Amino acid sequence: MADILRERERQVYRKGDLQPFQLDCEKQSAAGSVSQRACVFCGSRVVLYPIADALHIVHGPIGCASYTWDIRGALSSGPELHRLSFSTDLQEMDVVQGGEKKLYAGLCELIDAHQPKAAFVYATCIVGVIGDDVEAVCKRVSLEKGIPVLPVHSEGFKGTKKDGYRAACDALLKLVGTGSPEGITPHSINILGDFNLAGETWMIRDYYKRMGVEVVSCITGDGRVDEIRRAHGAALNVVQCSGSMTHLAKQLEEKYGTPFIRVSYFGVEDMSKSLYDVARHFKDKEMMKRTQAMVREELERLMPQLADYKRALTGKRAAIYVGGAFKAFSLVAALRHLGMTTVMVGSQTGNKDDYEQLRELCDEGTIIADDSNPLELSSFLEEKDVDVFIGGVKERPIAYKLGIGFCDHNHERKEALAGFEGMLNFAREVYSSVMSPVWRLTPRRRGSNLEVVK
Amino acid sequence: MSSQPRPSKSPRPNWVSTRNPCKACAPLGAALVMRGIEGALPFLHGSQGCATYMRRYLISHFREPMDIATSGFSEATTIFGGEKNLCQGLDNVTSQYHPALIGIATTCLTETIGEDMHGMLHQYRARPGEADDPLLVHVSTPAYSGTHIDGFNDAVRAVVEQLAEAGHAPSAYLENFVNVFPGLVSSEDLRFLKEVCADFALPATLFPDYSETLDGPSMEIYKKIPEGGTSLAALRATPSAKASIELGRTLRQKRTAASFLQERFSVPAKRIGLPIGINESDSFFAALEKLSGHKTPEKYTRERGRLVDAYVDGHKYLFGKRALIIGDEDMVVGLTSFLAETGVLPVLCASGGKSGAFARSIAEVTTHLREPAMVREGVDFMTIAEELALKDLKPDFVIGSSKAAKLARTLGVPLIRLGFPIHDRIGGQRILHLGYRGAQQLFDLVVNTLLEVKQDSNSIGYSYL
Ligand code: SF4
Repeated sequence: MADILRERERQVYRKGDLQPFQLDCEKQSAAGSVSQRACVFCGSRVVLYPIADALHIVHGPIGCASYTWDIRGALSSGPELHRLSFSTDLQEMDVVQGGEKKLYAGLCELIDAHQPKAAFVYATCIVGVIGDDVEAVCKRVSLEKGIPVLPVHSEGFKGTKKDGYRAACDALLKLVGTGSPEGITPHSINILGDFNLAGETWMIRDYYKRMGVEVVSCITGDGRVDEIRRAHGAALNVVQCSGSMTHLAKQLEEKYGTPFIRVSYFGVEDMSKSLYDVARHFKDKEMMKRTQAMVREELERLMPQLADYKRALTGKRAAIYVGGAFKAFSLVAALRHLGMTTVMVGSQTGNKDDYEQLRELCDEGTIIADDSNPLELSSFLEEKDVDVFIGGVKERPIAYKLGIGFCDHNHERKEALAGFEGMLNFAREVYSSVMSPVWRLTPRRRGSNLEVVK
Repeated sequence: MSSQPRPSKSPRPNWVSTRNPCKACAPLGAALVMRGIEGALPFLHGSQGCATYMRRYLISHFREPMDIATSGFSEATTIFGGEKNLCQGLDNVTSQYHPALIGIATTCLTETIGEDMHGMLHQYRARPGEADDPLLVHVSTPAYSGTHIDGFNDAVRAVVEQLAEAGHAPSAYLENFVNVFPGLVSSEDLRFLKEVCADFALPATLFPDYSETLDGPSMEIYKKIPEGGTSLAALRATPSAKASIELGRTLRQKRTAASFLQERFSVPAKRIGLPIGINESDSFFAALEKLSGHKTPEKYTRERGRLVDAYVDGHKYLFGKRALIIGDEDMVVGLTSFLAETGVLPVLCASGGKSGAFARSIAEVTTHLREPAMVREGVDFMTIAEELALKDLKPDFVIGSSKAAKLARTLGVPLIRLGFPIHDRIGGQRILHLGYRGAQQLFDLVVNTLLEVKQDSNSIGYSYL
């Protein structure tokens, strides 16, 4: 069993525990806890990054830009400006004298060289501290260059990743409504919260197309500035990754009266339900018929193949640790679909409702954890004798070190895991890790003598 | 595509922004050093995100658990100071990990707001009733100054400075051992250095030593802090060494651990280039002969002999081939020395680092070249791309970290991934760069890469090359 920090005792729960369910969450990570969380900047960057024809410049010392250069798997069907790393790379002198001049000059030269449709300026940790007026610089450049130049207030310490999402949504809000909604049909949506990792947006767009739904913009997968500018013309906002995008959806509802629904594209049930929900919203019988036919067609193709994986995976145990809790719901369901049980599930940023829902979803004995860390996670994996761990790059070595399978379900993944096809990829990913013969050679599975642990 | 650097024709000589950086920030290097101390845990005093991003960056290279704690600044912390968070963070790390040492590095934020690390740590140590605290060392790593390599070297020095105690050496090897400061090399390189010293019967304190902590075996039970690393006893004893060897021609004079030990404790410092290729390895082995009083063991002279033989076998494949070499300065100097001695023409040697000694060092290791290599320090990848186009340098291959992949792809030439970081291949931590043995592997790799190009780029598909 892990030594769970005193501050964190109420952030770990085992279903079936006697005490009433109450999981602390949405707290600042305890200092020294080695949280798997990132920061405000990360939240902003994740959301805005896939906008491929915008310039993204990180205002601050070089680290933040270095560590985020092309790390996400967000694909573009056209321009790929987002895959370059730009930074003002602040130096000692800038810290003393302020970085505004450098930001101004940097923005101008980059806009001239790359002719982006808009520019996002990410203010990182020290920008406010050294007193830069990023807002003013952005305004000036915007006037001079004739494109939107949007400050993103993403100083790492000013909250959590969620505040970063919010800052990103605020920047997006300034874009929406600046384009003409002309020609947009009544059966139209914006896809919110899909980031086109490994081309997932393209798959989802295709489903909508087959249903007869017009996609006005995707915010932000394979994103384009001009599409986002006219997003207010859509009849419905379809929100995935609700943690990052609900704020934007609510604002759009308030400002333009656009309703929104929440969906998930992961797993067979959730995927189908999402499409039906959209069809139901438009109250169009023909559309519903098309949707049913499409889902049937997809499932007919998918199910026999999934059955094969299910046979092999039934009874295997999975652990999940992801950024947003919403994704965890879908994963629990998807794993169940493959005959697997989820014995541990956690997220970096879930809220009370999320965890309540997770508790309902999970079997007795399942560990639920908020804002966990490597020591806890490794002990959960050991205790529950997990077969596959689903997480991101930072979770991977914990699993591998212990001779446990792993499936990357984070922003860096290179396999499309959304949609019907994605479910198949997911099954294959899990299968090819769980069934690998290498585990037999690892000390954990070989069952050699237990070493004394300190 | 619009993402490619377009301006080759009218290059701006002085870009203000950094475009596709060829460096990381200083605290990352410091965190890596702390992972090379036995029982130690790195700790960043700053925002949560710094630690997380660096963990991710390092994990992608080493593919090993990489726990880095942080004081996790909030807005209030930034206004009122980080003492409370620091103390709480240290408490929590201690109670969770039971480390022997916590290696604290600052970040751009904490340096900018001017945190008084000395004072705060002094206060923390002096608090009542905590007898078995871990040792605390700290290094100042303002991310707005220098690169990850500066952070690395400064951390090496800071740790030695703060732990060194005169006359502390275990009697068994008192007066008879050396300190070896290898710089940022691979885990395999570190294992190699230990092996060589052992073969010379020369006791050595290698620091940092992440040969095991960052390339360890599969575990049955999770170890909170992986085994291995330079022991605290050895770090305390550094002033009793008979000499220090530091590897790297571009190390900043006076700012290194070896220069500290020399000035403070009169431990002679010997600076040698990173031993990559025959010439630089010869200097290294000569130094070991001198310090140990032993001849180079036959194992190594045979390795050298085989290597020379291989150079001869492969010389035609390499002669006149044009290389672009990019990475951390000392790695580039070493690789350039190696390539130049095999007949490759280094057309551009570039680094994001800016020690001030880069150009001189490249010149030193390429004296026999008829055309001196072009050298650029403190550059980013887009500047390099523009430079290549402008001077029409046409490299046949690129050699450097995997951050050069985009550039190599644009150029349509192979990238040979060496140094740090390697994020798009497995095994970066296991590449052996050093010694004759390392050069042998590099040589085969370079020749075979070029042969592969030759074989694949024609329609004949030769069976013999
Ligand atoms: S905030 Fe500063 S120290 Fe942290 S990653 Fe960014 S540049 Fe490095």
